[in-house]
Amino acid sequence: MTDRHEDDPAGDPAESGPVALSEAEVARQEIEAAKEREAAITHLEPGAGFGKRFVAAVTGTSVLVTILSFVAAIVIGGVIIALTEPAVREAFGYFFARPGDAFREAWDVVSAAYVALFRGSLGGRAQISETLVSATPLILTGLAVAVPLRAGLFNIGAEGQLIAGGMLAGLVGFSVTGLPLVVHLPLAAAAGIAGGWVYGWLPGVLKARTGAHEVISTIMLNNIARLVTAWMISTTLFRRPDRSDPISKSVEASAQFPRFVDGLRVNTSLLMALGLAVFVFWLVERSTRGFELNAVGLNARAARAAGMDPDRTVIRAMATGGALAGAAGAALILGLQHRLTIGFSAGLGFDGITVALLGRGRIGGTVAAGLLFGALRAGGRSMQAQTGTSLDLVLVIQALIIVFIAAPGLVRAIFRVKADDLATGQVAKGWGS
Amino acid sequence: MHLELRGITKRFPGVVANDAVDLVVEPGQVHGLLGENGAGKSTLMNILYGLYRADEGEILVDGQPLELDGPGDAIAAGIGMVHQHFMLVPVFTVAENILLGVERTHQLGRLDRARSSREVRELAERSGLPVDPDAIVEDLAVGVQQRVEILKALYRDARLLILDEPTAVLTPQEADDLFEAIRGFTAEGRSVIFISHKLREHRAIADRISVLRRGRIVGTADPRTATEQELANLMVGRPVELVVDKPRAQPQDIVLDVTNLVVQDLAGTTLVDDVNFEVRRGEIVAVAGVEGNGQTPLVRALTGLETILSGDVTVSGVSVTGRTRKDVLRAGVGHVPEDRAHDGLVADFSVAENLVLNLWDAEPFAKHATLQFREIDAHAKRLVEAYDVRTPSTATPAGSLSGGNQQKLVVAREFDRPIDLLVASQPTRGVDVGSIEYIHRQLVAKRDQGTAVLLVSSELDEVLALADRVAVMFHGRLVGPFPMPVSKEAVGRMMAGADPDEVLSGEPR
Repeated sequence: MTDRHEDDPAGDPAESGPVALSEAEVARQEIEAAKEREAAITHLEPGAGFGKRFVAAVTGTSVLVTILSFVAAIVIGGVIIALTEPAVREAFGYFFARPGDAFREAWDVVSAAYVALFRGSLGGRAQISETLVSATPLILTGLAVAVPLRAGLFNIGAEGQLIAGGMLAGLVGFSVTGLPLVVHLPLAAAAGIAGGWVYGWLPGVLKARTGAHEVISTIMLNNIARLVTAWMISTTLFRRPDRSDPISKSVEASAQFPRFVDGLRVNTSLLMALGLAVFVFWLVERSTRGFELNAVGLNARAARAAGMDPDRTVIRAMATGGALAGAAGAALILGLQHRLTIGFSAGLGFDGITVALLGRGRIGGTVAAGLLFGALRAGGRSMQAQTGTSLDLVLVIQALIIVFIAAPGLVRAIFRVKADDLATGQVAKGWGS
Repeated sequence: MHLELRGITKRFPGVVANDAVDLVVEPGQVHGLLGENGAGKSTLMNILYGLYRADEGEILVDGQPLELDGPGDAIAAGIGMVHQHFMLVPVFTVAENILLGVERTHQLGRLDRARSSREVRELAERSGLPVDPDAIVEDLAVGVQQRVEILKALYRDARLLILDEPTAVLTPQEADDLFEAIRGFTAEGRSVIFISHKLREHRAIADRISVLRRGRIVGTADPRTATEQELANLMVGRPVELVVDKPRAQPQDIVLDVTNLVVQDLAGTTLVDDVNFEVRRGEIVAVAGVEGNGQTPLVRALTGLETILSGDVTVSGVSVTGRTRKDVLRAGVGHVPEDRAHDGLVADFSVAENLVLNLWDAEPFAKHATLQFREIDAHAKRLVEAYDVRTPSTATPAGSLSGGNQQKLVVAREFDRPIDLLVASQPTRGVDVGSIEYIHRQLVAKRDQGTAVLLVSSELDEVLALADRVAVMFHGRLVGPFPMPVSKEAVGRMMAGADPDEVLSGEPR
């Protein structure tokens, strides 16, 4: 027979007659337990594939960690500024004689640099214009990475897709003539989007049909795009007749994104970017296609068992990402550069990875991250001009942000965040039975 | 080993996982630790194995207090643990896995493979856990991998072995083999802590049972005298119905008609071999069988997840052979998949989203390709209420619910659609006793509403309790279905491949 511990508050139901633990009490306890698990769990099974774990890690990062990562990167960036300044190093040379000097010197240099960075990005109409100009392609390439990310795919290929889109947009932009702006510009932009779409569709199909990993295939496709572009720009189809160096004909005025104000470079491609962002937000967060996308990204087997088609979703996600990168290419060529040159993409596709990660794969977050990085770019240029601190510092800060986001444990350690998140590692797995 | 836990308390943020737990394990004893999912069994064992540090309480081994700074200390003290999820290097051999960290080497650190292999083989034979020391672990069946885990502990001279849900991954035969081996350990004076939430297993192997509920030991029992009913009540905290109360079936017209169904895997091995049967409206046909005899591919083929090589499947007179999964589901087939975590739910999706997982693009949940969150949420609230899913809210991620409530979520989703055929595969696996009771009642209710129900289960008790007709799968072939009553012995013999004519001729009809 069962014998009970005396301190058992519930008692033995068989003996005590009436139900010891009421139905409502059991329900309440189960709900409490679910709340606890909700707070503590990230659903990372040991066997989950890289894609799934990566998506969960990125989208699961808390807003707090994201913000703290940014703060930490700014602080370390400040240390780097101070250390690279000769006057500061000199002051540290006699640190023990007059420590105040060293700190004052360091503070002056760092604050001057960051003030210049801030003023250069938001300090006036021209500065804000430059911020928006820089942000436009970043928003689009960020989304180009974020959308596939939600389907569990890591699109390294935004660079190649941007090149493909820019090439096609440019080609339509200068080879078609005699059309009014309202026809020609949308046509050229659509060509750019289509070019990127195809260039994203390709690794999607390779993944869905043959299992080729999208990271590998998009890296390779980036190289192909870069090298083919270098060759194509030197062909008579693209090259400016009066120039021998590889530079293309200029895009017709009817295919250029008009500027809002004369003298400021910010142009209507920004509206295209924001319009696409709204559309993508609906697509990913509100539409049935987005439901499929997210389901496939988080659990492809369950998506299939629910009657979805994961293969087709993979292809769609990559193609959509490609189209967005293609739009970035169109914005760049039709809005800003107005001609194709070798290396016109300037790594903006790769920056999109950073933007999407900082945006945690969310659409709104990615747009915000794109604006932030745009500001850093624009501000960085004026910081370099005014204080001599290299523009590369901005890239260092960007890289640091990603390192911190990739290692949330590091951020928590630095800032001593005592979040319940501490439980995520061990407890989530072994907890209960 | 004589082990004593005194007043072990462990708190996690916001919850007490173990609350002043006392436990004594005698030398040569199998001590069963019984409790529902989340009762704190694994936490307690992780403390004993040095993975967690207890906030209060002490551990005494042979009367001496034991300080644990990590699993290394536990191993040194003679405590071995086999986790639910194995900790093996898949590409290493059995011997390499067992000797990992305590390698036998020649001079200059070169591995002495011959000696490793020999030692492992000797240990395996001595312990009654046969395994090839040179086999690659990832090629081995799960049951054999578990043996490797146990051998790993034994090689480190574990005098107390903790087995965390060891039977969850085993077929009934493998479980019997494991029990046999456990009896061998205890005969040598080793102690075993056996964790499971299956009552029957505790009664089969344990010398003493402690029941854990909400982090507390709520009772101890002698498996020879305690009934399953008593244990279930103790574990759940309220009286539980273990017997399904169901009225006579009223079978009507044929809904599912399977003719000459053949399924093969990619390598061309026949998994389902010329299977024929039918399921009528208003009856439960249960398919019994040891796992791995073709039940999984059969269900997958019937529900559009597996390609049908030949034969035909019709639902309500319409052929679904060669149709997509979506077509099959929308043709009125409900499916409770056997692997809830992988096939049934998206853990990171909310309860509400999971409840429309296979209706995501159908009215009224979507209009103009846009999700109608208001409808989705209203639907979720209704189902959570109707199917007694215990969740803080409909926005809670499904993965944070208990196993039983996750299963109720799947049941709610599949049962609530207008369906003619319900295919339920292992519907109560990994589910606590309270939820099992509930799901069984729902299956019978669905039958009585005029749905054809196909139940596939490797739990013989479940099959016999629910079936109106019972079929058995063995090596890809299906015998039956035979109208109930069929005795447990008869079904058991057919599960082992006995000729049904012979088996059933002796049955009282």
